[in-house]
Amino acid sequence: MKRPDLLPGTLDMLVLKTLARAPLHGYGIAQSIKRSSDDVLTVEEGSLYPALQRLLLQGWVKAEWKMTDTNRRARFYTLTAAGRKQLGVEVSQFEQMITAIGRVLSEA
Amino acid sequence: MNPLGYVARKAGLLFRREQFHTELDEEMAFHRAEVEKELIAGGMPAARARVEAARQFGNATHLRDESHTVVAFQWETVMQDVRFSLRQLRQNPGFALTAIFILAVGMGVSVAIFAFADAAVIQPLPYLAPNRLMDVAENGAMLQRSNLSRADYEDWKRLNHSFSSLDVYGGSGYLLQTPSGTEPVPAARVSDGFFRTLGVKPMMGRDFLPGDDRPGGAKLVMLTHGSWVKRFGSRTDMVGQSVTLDGTAYTIVGVLPREFEFAPRANAEFFVPLLDKNQCEQRRSCHNLFGIGRLRDGVTEKAALDEMKAIAAQLAIQYPGSNQGQGAVVQPLSEIIVGPVKPIMLTLLAASGLLLLIASVNVANLLLVRSESRRREIAVRGALGATPARISRQFVTEAFLLGMLGCAAGFLVANGTMKGLVSLIPKTMAQNLPFLWRVGIHWHEAMYSLCIALVATGLLAVTPILRLSFMDVRDALSDGNRSVAGRFWRRMGANLVVVELSLAVILLVGAGLLSKSFFRLLQVDVGFDATHLATVQVVAPPAAYTKPEQQVALYRELSRRLSSLPGVESVGITSDLPIQCNCNTDWIRIVGKPFHGEHNEVNERDVDPGYLPTLKAQLIRGRLFNEDDTASKSNKIIINQKLAEKYFPGEDPIGKTIANGSLDAKSMREIIGVVGNVREGGLDDELWPTEYEALYQSPGNYVAVAVRTVGDEGAILPSLVKAVHEVDPTLGTYGELTMKEQMNTTASALIHHTAMWLVDGFAGIALVLAVVGLYGVVAYSVGQRTREIGVRMALGAQRGTVYGMVMRQAGWLTVIGVGIGVACAVGAAMLGSKLLFGVRAWDIQTLSIVAVVLAAASLAASFLPAHRAASVNPIEALRTE
Repeated sequence: MKRPDLLPGTLDMLVLKTLARAPLHGYGIAQSIKRSSDDVLTVEEGSLYPALQRLLLQGWVKAEWKMTDTNRRARFYTLTAAGRKQLGVEVSQFEQMITAIGRVLSEA
Repeated sequence: MNPLGYVARKAGLLFRREQFHTELDEEMAFHRAEVEKELIAGGMPAARARVEAARQFGNATHLRDESHTVVAFQWETVMQDVRFSLRQLRQNPGFALTAIFILAVGMGVSVAIFAFADAAVIQPLPYLAPNRLMDVAENGAMLQRSNLSRADYEDWKRLNHSFSSLDVYGGSGYLLQTPSGTEPVPAARVSDGFFRTLGVKPMMGRDFLPGDDRPGGAKLVMLTHGSWVKRFGSRTDMVGQSVTLDGTAYTIVGVLPREFEFAPRANAEFFVPLLDKNQCEQRRSCHNLFGIGRLRDGVTEKAALDEMKAIAAQLAIQYPGSNQGQGAVVQPLSEIIVGPVKPIMLTLLAASGLLLLIASVNVANLLLVRSESRRREIAVRGALGATPARISRQFVTEAFLLGMLGCAAGFLVANGTMKGLVSLIPKTMAQNLPFLWRVGIHWHEAMYSLCIALVATGLLAVTPILRLSFMDVRDALSDGNRSVAGRFWRRMGANLVVVELSLAVILLVGAGLLSKSFFRLLQVDVGFDATHLATVQVVAPPAAYTKPEQQVALYRELSRRLSSLPGVESVGITSDLPIQCNCNTDWIRIVGKPFHGEHNEVNERDVDPGYLPTLKAQLIRGRLFNEDDTASKSNKIIINQKLAEKYFPGEDPIGKTIANGSLDAKSMREIIGVVGNVREGGLDDELWPTEYEALYQSPGNYVAVAVRTVGDEGAILPSLVKAVHEVDPTLGTYGELTMKEQMNTTASALIHHTAMWLVDGFAGIALVLAVVGLYGVVAYSVGQRTREIGVRMALGAQRGTVYGMVMRQAGWLTVIGVGIGVACAVGAAMLGSKLLFGVRAWDIQTLSIVAVVLAAASLAASFLPAHRAASVNPIEALRTE
């Protein structure tokens, strides 16, 4: 079965939102999104890592190497203050968009 | 978002690229390991879990690239492409060098020709607001633009309101006293405001002041920069010094700047104010000057022309004898200076453009062949994750690199070509082309080079991309689908070859027509025997030879002395040599025929008894001059056949009398002979009526000597000059040329000659390129069809059939290319018909020769691959798969 693709432009927002809960490594982010969406949304690794680089460059997340529970070295991403602000912006933009789309769809 | 921080972080990463990659690799390895762990936890065997994790994760290299592009600057990948392209070019130096060489030749020639056209035609004239400067002249019944007489000029200047200033110039020459003897030096006489009207300021000293040109004024002179350097060693103290011209001292008042040029009197070394009226200037009917006017603000060319015409009409009423039928012409000065060279420059520019196009198409074709042989490489790159855009970019980069290298080399070729062409121009011609020193690489040339470099590079880049976009990666990998891609390529390459062949036809037809024109020009019947004729111009110093008797005695002595030189058959003296111009004219009236003041303009030449026999002009009726036709006898003239036909149709002109308009007794002269038409004007000028007066009856200080020799006429020139100086060392001599040289250096011959040689050269290169292109296409398609040909032969096809198959393909391309080319060529030739002489744009002979030459060349080019195809061993061909 083919799962629906992520809406374009929403990946950054999802990653930021996931990180808002707790710092995570790349695999953790992918897993978390998958789990929270009841397996509907899968984040392709091919888009996740470039997206993380983009967020780093924008200064919305920070990265540092830490040990995982299983005692392996992994790169953990943390949301910055700027990132938190950006998340707010993106969420409100997204909600506006969804409301607008909903309105169009509900028109008989 | 903080753009500054963004750039800073990005730049920071630039120096930690290694770390970035190891970190990314480690991060992704961790990710893969976690996926693997998850799969094992789900109950999958370890080995399968590893494969499955890798599969799920995808192409690691590709992922890394994706992340890399996020943090990388755009130019980093460009550099990557450039490095790769360079490696590609190095790998195949034969291809790279060929492509660069072809491009360089195309570019170089094109830019060099543009530099000439730019200097001659495009750059504005080096004067103040040059588009406000007008050429002002009279016009008559026969001459569209004729000189102004001094009296008319004075009236025009006084009466007009159109020009803020109106000045004149006229040709002149002086005998300059130099340490090595007397030397005739070309000069110009100008009215005092001449340089102010042009907007030229002297580099040293002063300009002529208002009133400096009045009769009886002080003798002043301005030097050109060239003359100042050559004759006075660039001495800064020359202003105020005097220089002896024609035995009279002239005070140097100024030196003109180096940039100063004045094409209508290009070789003048001295500029002298008009001053005293010479013999000609004392008559209103004698025209020897040209005007230059600067339009007042707001006055149009048309308004100025209308006013000058009105003034001319008013003068015609006032002075009907001299001015009846004399109108006025006003046209931009640039028309006079640039107009004559414009057609040839535009033609050469167009021809060099076509050559560049052929060169670019040829290189595009080469690239195409190469992209075809790189199909597997492309397929592999595609399979490894390169996107079509990235692969296209690679090709664009390669084309760009090739284009840039070719253009850089082309720049060097352009520089060399320019210098080569300038040095090829003979000195006698160069001094009449004052724009030559401006030829070079300036910003115009740089812009032009950049433009054509971009266009050429674009063409090179687009071709393989067009080709690539039709290609399926999977098909290419299997490499067994030759027919599909091959057919497409064949069509693409074939289209390019058709373009090339058509362009080559245009150039070849142009070359053919220009060559034929030149040939026709040289074949023009000149009316005399131009072989074994040596000529020299002689100037008698006016101070020593004032009286007509002195001048006649000098001619007799010259004639006697030169006749006695070994190898000399006969000697003739004339006021003007033939094949120069329809100029130095006279208005005649036939006594006893109705006359209403019209100007019957004819060439007037003064010749001694030896001249017409020396030229071997044909005597048709009556007699030639003899030694007795002197000032003591009644005036006699000889007319040419054209004059006889025009003014004495169906009559015998011998014994009739010709006079000037007012029938002055002095002007009455009896026709004693009719000679065949000796061509006095240029080779492509109309034949004019001409009268020959007896030099002994109207002598002057400037004469030309023509000497018929038994042997080589060029070898005798030095002894000719020596003998003239033995007669009188103060005589000035110049223009020692054989008649053949004289003819070859006339303006029309030079223009046709230059156009012919250059376009012939372009056409030759074009032919080679087009044929090589055709060869490439046919050879490639044969290579691609080896297997097919093998199958055909295995099934019983004869060698003849295979030959026919290959040659037919080439034949079709040639027929289409030649067909399109001929149609375009005729159109192009009609546009450039100004350069054609005695041949029409649709000259069947030229067109068929070009078609045959190209067909033969194409046949030869396709014979080799056809031969290879026919020698295919069916067994080997089938085994190659």
